[in-house]
Amino acid sequence: MATHKANIIVVGGGLAGLAATMKIAEKGHHVDLFSVVPVKRSHSVCAQGGINAAKNLKGEGDSTWSHFDDTIFGGDFLANQAPVKRMCEAAPGIIDLLDRMGVQFNRTPEGLLDFRRFGGTLFHRTAFAGATTGQQLLYALDEQVRRHEAEGSVSKHEHWEFLSGVLDGNGACRGICAMDLRSMTVATFPADAVIMATGGIGAIFGKSTNSIACTGSAQSALYQQGACYANGEFIQVHPTAIPGEDKLRLMSESARGEGGRVWVYREGKPWYFLEEWYPKYGNLVPRDVATRAIHKVVFELGLGVEGQDAVYLDVTHLDRHTQDAKLGGILEIYEKFVGDDPRKVPMRVFPAMHYTMGGLWIDTERQATNIPGLFAAGECEYQYHGANRLGANSLVSCIFGGMLAGPAAVEYAHSLPQGAAATPSGVFEAEQKRQIEINDRLFHNLGRENPFVLWKEMGRTMTEHVTVSRDNAKLRGADAKLQELLERYRQVSLADQTRWANQTFFFTRQLFNMLQLARVVTLGALARDESRGAHYKPAFPERDDVNFLKTTKAHFAPDADEPRLSYEPVDTSLITPRARKY
Amino acid sequence: MSAATSHAPTPPLRGRSVRLRIKRQAAPDAPVRWEDFEVPYRPGMNVIVALLDIAERPVTTQGAPTSGVAYDANCLEEICGSCAMVINGRPRPACSTLIDKVLPDLNQPLVLEPLSKFPVVRDLAVNRERLFNDLKRVKAWIPIDGTYDLGAGPREGQATQEAAYPLSRCISCGNCLEVCPQYNEDTGFVGAAVISQVRLFNLHPTGALNAHERLEALTGPGGIQQCGFAQNCVKVCPKDIPLTDSIAIVGRQVLAHTVGRSVRG
Ligand SMILES: Cc1cc2nc3c(=O)[nH]c(=O)nc-3n(C[C@H](O)[C@H](O)[C@H](O)COP(=O)(O)OP(=O)(O)OC[C@H]3O[C@@H](n4cnc5c(N)ncnc54)[C@H](O)[C@@H]3O)c2cc1C
Ligand code: SF4
Ligand code: FES
Repeated sequence: MATHKANIIVVGGGLAGLAATMKIAEKGHHVDLFSVVPVKRSHSVCAQGGINAAKNLKGEGDSTWSHFDDTIFGGDFLANQAPVKRMCEAAPGIIDLLDRMGVQFNRTPEGLLDFRRFGGTLFHRTAFAGATTGQQLLYALDEQVRRHEAEGSVSKHEHWEFLSGVLDGNGACRGICAMDLRSMTVATFPADAVIMATGGIGAIFGKSTNSIACTGSAQSALYQQGACYANGEFIQVHPTAIPGEDKLRLMSESARGEGGRVWVYREGKPWYFLEEWYPKYGNLVPRDVATRAIHKVVFELGLGVEGQDAVYLDVTHLDRHTQDAKLGGILEIYEKFVGDDPRKVPMRVFPAMHYTMGGLWIDTERQATNIPGLFAAGECEYQYHGANRLGANSLVSCIFGGMLAGPAAVEYAHSLPQGAAATPSGVFEAEQKRQIEINDRLFHNLGRENPFVLWKEMGRTMTEHVTVSRDNAKLRGADAKLQELLERYRQVSLADQTRWANQTFFFTRQLFNMLQLARVVTLGALARDESRGAHYKPAFPERDDVNFLKTTKAHFAPDADEPRLSYEPVDTSLITPRARKY
Repeated sequence: MSAATSHAPTPPLRGRSVRLRIKRQAAPDAPVRWEDFEVPYRPGMNVIVALLDIAERPVTTQGAPTSGVAYDANCLEEICGSCAMVINGRPRPACSTLIDKVLPDLNQPLVLEPLSKFPVVRDLAVNRERLFNDLKRVKAWIPIDGTYDLGAGPREGQATQEAAYPLSRCISCGNCLEVCPQYNEDTGFVGAAVISQVRLFNLHPTGALNAHERLEALTGPGGIQQCGFAQNCVKVCPKDIPLTDSIAIVGRQVLAHTVGRSVRG
């Protein structure tokens, strides 16, 4: 099979999935692109603040090496260094490409790209399009993919949900099984290779800054089929979000990048605690540091705004042009959802679950998972952020990973002695049958449990015990609770028995996978007796490189119905680990 | 800790509650029915919160068990464009529509209907594929040579960026199409959102190179001449996109294009 036209399945049409699709289609191969929402409505639209690349357009002496060093240091040395270095080197070219595609980045008076500061760096390294950078980036890629679609090299399957991989007798991935979210038809689709780009897992924590579709259900299904899940315990809690009943809406770090200040009243006077505690970085310390500081101020010092779980994020002193031209998009969110004008009154914010550094394990070269023929890119994989992600580094990792995964999948397709067509049809039929049986069982369940109630209980448990501060006894309790919920899940019954666009049914199906993945996060945290990046255990307050400078790998043990953890060394060949102090 | 009911929102017998009246349809060809619900009022709640309450406890005001209401939503911060629906007679994003704002009098019901210009999938969820297909029709993209490294993009003045950026914020929600008297199957009109995208791409230095293709697409059936200047579109756009300006500007571009074409023969 030399260079025939490959057929690749891409699951997910956020930045990572679209970047992969574009790369494959451009080379004349065919992509079947699956997404639960129309790809233009993917979660990536939510990204606000910007995308990092060391273009050094401000005369500060920034370099891709500094970007690399900040990323490794910010991630507390848990990221494999070679791939991160390649990403940082590719970033300036990615910005150029996006610029050529028509992204409306903000400009300097000379007509060059403008850059802002973000957390965890001293350089102006973040390109941005107002405060709606993710939307602009996603649209640019969506438009390129629409062009390929019009030319016939991309077939979109929107409103289709990935249920599982189709694995052949040798354990290689030969396609996927998916469900139409309208007719509820369950069908299989063959492919030479499959790329997962299904994004984050916010729903496991109940409420987060993520979109509704970020359930992690697809990653979990694959983990239960044998894909390895890495560093699941590393969960980023963003310091500044607006509490809400349906969602915790992010107030981007760009608010602080443009000069916003965090404070509370102490003895009747504003106290800028981040500036006092971290004079060098001030309000722009990395997220894990800022989040813990806010928790300390609110819970230990009891200084939350009006006795509540909130601190002020203040942009009232910024000039009107900065407020409108650079932050308009996010200030609008506050105004629309809270009703106050943040140009005039300080915003009330509190930390919220935001991002998963962990994800499907992939190799360091090709975005390949441990299942042959299965690749992953974007937030659903674990490679680029170590123990804590720096702001504005995700968008670049999504696009970089996608642009790597696409060609790697094609190369894999060409290395196969036989294409997907050679897979015995029985392999597909068996997987389809397995998934239809899961559906039927769920419909026939006659218990008393309400799926939304189980979900709320899971969210509460995870948020309380598996986010900012972790304690082994409480983690054990959380895992016991998750097991109880899995047990109660068997008693779940569906008020809605219709077999057409049944959203309660879809949600209930995803809930099972969420519970399984929640255990990976929890048990990974339990086993890691140290503090590193976003993972903080007061009983083990120091980073422990002797015992824990290693990647956690979770494998599902089907007989025991739970994760088994193993570890692998981290590549630290380029920068020697040093203490992380800001 | 087991009975499902012990965690569901308490039935709003006392205290303030929000009354909802929802237009429902089990499937595209199923009959339409109306159902009434009551959920507890909380200050600052949006329409999605009310729909979540119903999903958790799908029982009508009359006490009849029913199914959760189907609707589209993803971002919950008015940026993905999924959740547009007709709320008390006007298309709005359900996620950013606060009950306090649209329903100052809680004695009045909150009436939810699906967008009427698109086929209903189920209840409040509609199929807006046509909108995406129309973006294809007008080639709403920048035709780059390839994704390999070709250096920086064209320079752009701050003023141009500040003019183009607002246009690039269209979330494809369809609100502007819902209120457009000309947007229907018969005319095939592409509508304000798509015309405004043509303006955006024609503004870009590279996009301008094939502006004629986009303008050509707007000369045929369903093109810009279908616009009846009702000017409703601009009033309902959640992103404040200057749609009527876009229509006027693109209208002039199309005119110049067709005149040029006839001169060239
Ligand atoms: C509010 C907010 C602001 C942010 N701001 C920034 C920022 O300024 N800079 C930055 O670098 N990062 C930011 N991030 C992080 C960044 O936005 C995300 O990490 C990134 O967009 C993830 O992209 P993705 O392509 O991996 O996945 P997504 O964009 O989440 O896309 C996932 C895709 O998978 C599909 N999908 C999921 N499950 C299935 C399934 N089972 N079957 C079929 N399809 C499925 C979805 O439909 C979607 O198309 C922000 C995050 C949030 C929450
Ligand atoms: S122009 Fe405005 S109303 Fe129309 S689809 Fe775009 S965002 Fe919605
Ligand atoms: S849910 Fe995205 S716009 Fe409302």
